[in-house]
Amino acid sequence: CSKSNFLLKKMEISVAEAEKRTGKNAVNMQETYTVYLIETRPVDAASEGTNPVPDSLWRRYSEFEQLRNYLLVTYPFLVVPPLPEKRAEFVWHKLSADNMDPDFVERRRVGLENFLLRVASHPDLSTDKIFYSFLTEENGWKETVFETGFQAKADSRLKALNATFRVKNPDKRFAEMKHYGDELQSVISQLLRVRARAADRLYGVYKVHGNYGRVFSEWSAIEKEMGDGLQSAGHHMDAYAASVDDILEEEEHYADQLKEYLFYADALRAVCRKHELTQYELEMAAQDLTSKKQQREELATGTIRTFSLKGMTSKLFGQETPEQREAKLKMLETQIEEGEELVKERNGECEEFVKSAWVDIERFKEQKDHDLREALISYAIMQISMCKKGIQVWNNAKECFSKM
Amino acid sequence: MSGSVVDNTVSSGNSSAAIPTDISGQILDLDEDDDLEVFSKDTTLTDGSSFNASMQTSPASMINQYKFEEDADTKDIFVTVDNPESHVTAIETYITYRVMTKTTRSEFDSSEFEVRRRYQDFLWLKGRLEEAHPTLIVHPLPEKFVVKGMVERFNEDFIETRRRALHRFLNKIAEHPIFSSSEDFKIFLTAASGELTSHKKQGPGFLSRMGDTVKAVAAAVRGVRNRPQEFTEMQEYVEAFSQKISSLDKVTQRIVREQKEYLEELKECGPTYALWSQSEEELAEPLKNVAGCVDRCCKETEEQVKNLSDQLIPVLHEYVLCADTLKAVLRRRDNIQADFEAKTEALATKKADRDTMRDDLDKAEDRLEWANNALKSDWTRWQKVMRTDLRSAFVDTAERNVSYYEKCLAVWESFLHSQRTDAEGNGKVDFS
Repeated sequence: CSKSNFLLKKMEISVAEAEKRTGKNAVNMQETYTVYLIETRPVDAASEGTNPVPDSLWRRYSEFEQLRNYLLVTYPFLVVPPLPEKRAEFVWHKLSADNMDPDFVERRRVGLENFLLRVASHPDLSTDKIFYSFLTEENGWKETVFETGFQAKADSRLKALNATFRVKNPDKRFAEMKHYGDELQSVISQLLRVRARAADRLYGVYKVHGNYGRVFSEWSAIEKEMGDGLQSAGHHMDAYAASVDDILEEEEHYADQLKEYLFYADALRAVCRKHELTQYELEMAAQDLTSKKQQREELATGTIRTFSLKGMTSKLFGQETPEQREAKLKMLETQIEEGEELVKERNGECEEFVKSAWVDIERFKEQKDHDLREALISYAIMQISMCKKGIQVWNNAKECFSKM
Repeated sequence: MSGSVVDNTVSSGNSSAAIPTDISGQILDLDEDDDLEVFSKDTTLTDGSSFNASMQTSPASMINQYKFEEDADTKDIFVTVDNPESHVTAIETYITYRVMTKTTRSEFDSSEFEVRRRYQDFLWLKGRLEEAHPTLIVHPLPEKFVVKGMVERFNEDFIETRRRALHRFLNKIAEHPIFSSSEDFKIFLTAASGELTSHKKQGPGFLSRMGDTVKAVAAAVRGVRNRPQEFTEMQEYVEAFSQKISSLDKVTQRIVREQKEYLEELKECGPTYALWSQSEEELAEPLKNVAGCVDRCCKETEEQVKNLSDQLIPVLHEYVLCADTLKAVLRRRDNIQADFEAKTEALATKKADRDTMRDDLDKAEDRLEWANNALKSDWTRWQKVMRTDLRSAFVDTAERNVSYYEKCLAVWESFLHSQRTDAEGNGKVDFS
């Protein structure tokens, strides 16, 4: 199907609401959890002006996780969009680290919607049937995804780690990308940490000004001519102190944008690791083939170039019979044939992987550059808004002070 | 001092733990003032001998002296304090300040003077003025030491802050209708160091001061019986004012602390963006740009904090000290009244020496009337000055805050502008 036929062009998707539910979990214990309402509506309907009621269903965060795991396993050559964080991290003190906190839930709702929109606008991911039924099939989706057997296809961590250490010739570009992913993760983490601490402090600065409000008010009570000016200046100080809440809430949105790319860095690295794994498996197959070929040569010419225990024992206990040698040769031939098939196959896989993955990585790079630039711009806009508020409040205060 | 301060009452009602109670560290060393209080340059020693020579001694004319009309346009004396210099002797190290005077007043021999004075000399002047006018309000001097956070008495910031305060002190004296014509003030401004030293040695001897102190303490212990309502109201006002101005001082100091901590964190943001830019290609330029913006905002924040410390806090602090001065003045007035009441009683009860006692009583009555009028007039003047000072200090602070935000605004707007120009060139970004 055409690459421009994104799901998102046909269907409006949103995560409209969040609700608390209680129920019994797997070990029959009572638990409270949040569910999110996914609403979908065909694009055409809306544009016709009829505005029908959207289809909707409720999903938990864990189901989103399942969907993403499925996508990761099924499309290891794609940079799969990340989910919003499981637990609140990089919090500054006023923000709750509690998953049940309404602000956290709200930000998670936005993050989940963003995730769905990202998947739906991806040229490959958006065509996936499991994704489609996630959006449209309330019941039975869990079984459907289970039946794909994706869990079994997942690479073990150990296998992946092993490949990372032992691979000899990974594609340079992927090695660089992986390094970039490491750096991106490190620097965004640092930025989020620093930002959270600065937010904490800024909160303190603004809130202490609230005390001006209180003291001015008390002071105005004992003054005659100064009273009015002081009293009204005090109100502006209160307004100033209160304004920081909105400011920091907006900044939190910026932090969320950074977080998305923090997690994207991980997805990028996952693709690179998968490349290392496929490359490694190719190398292993090639190495195996080479060694088998060498064994055949030695057996055919009678020279032993490579050390083998079998060779040593046969030297000590006598050569094998010509019939035995014949049998061995035959076996080796078969193995070599199979080995060559395997190498060819794996080589094909590797090339295929590199091709597809690199296309998606380029797509991701463009998206990242665009999104993060937008984020920086929106940060600047936030700062401007904060400055404008500050100018207004202090100008007002100045007027009141001059009437003291 | 006041316990009603800073802390947990965040206006949003949020019980955030961000602002803990912390009044403890704010104690300032005030024993200098206490000393001045006890070795009273106050009460009953005012038997006329230490009055300014140019003042007449009849009560009626004394009362007429206190016409506090101020013609601002006719300011005829200008005093500056600057140029601190360090002096090292075998015994001690100390700082002197240059005091320059320009004046058209006839009682000055010349129109320009330049002398060097040390803190002790200022203390002396203040003491003399209080001695001569126990119920007038002398502007406070900066304290001898600041205990908290000050390690080295002679560090630059401390010296500069003190210099400014000394400058304000002398100007307040010069602007005061009574103090500015004080002989001691004139000598302070004009005498060479040696002259000043010998002049300082004059005045009531130690023993006579001790005798007067005993009388003063006795009067204080006796207490005043029929304090007029207006002075009670004054006292209540001063109590409340003292609390409020102390709170403001503490709040402002707290703001400075929080700003400094904010600045510490903000200083790490710029470098982090710069570090990030090193890993990027397309994003390198905007990231470096943002790093630059954050760094510039840091500089502005630093300056804003400095302004707050240098401008607003010293003024608030002076008015904290003023409040203490007012309390002392009210106490001295009370003591004068107590003395008068005691003498009235004595006359009523004792039989001997009635003539001397009546004489004493008359003098005490005159002193009291004079002290009350002096205080009332100076009180009005002080309130005007306080109002002007605090108003301009707060207006100034507000202006600086506006300027701070305007500068930061410009920084971020220039960033936006650079991104727009870039984007329009590349046709990439949508600014809707």
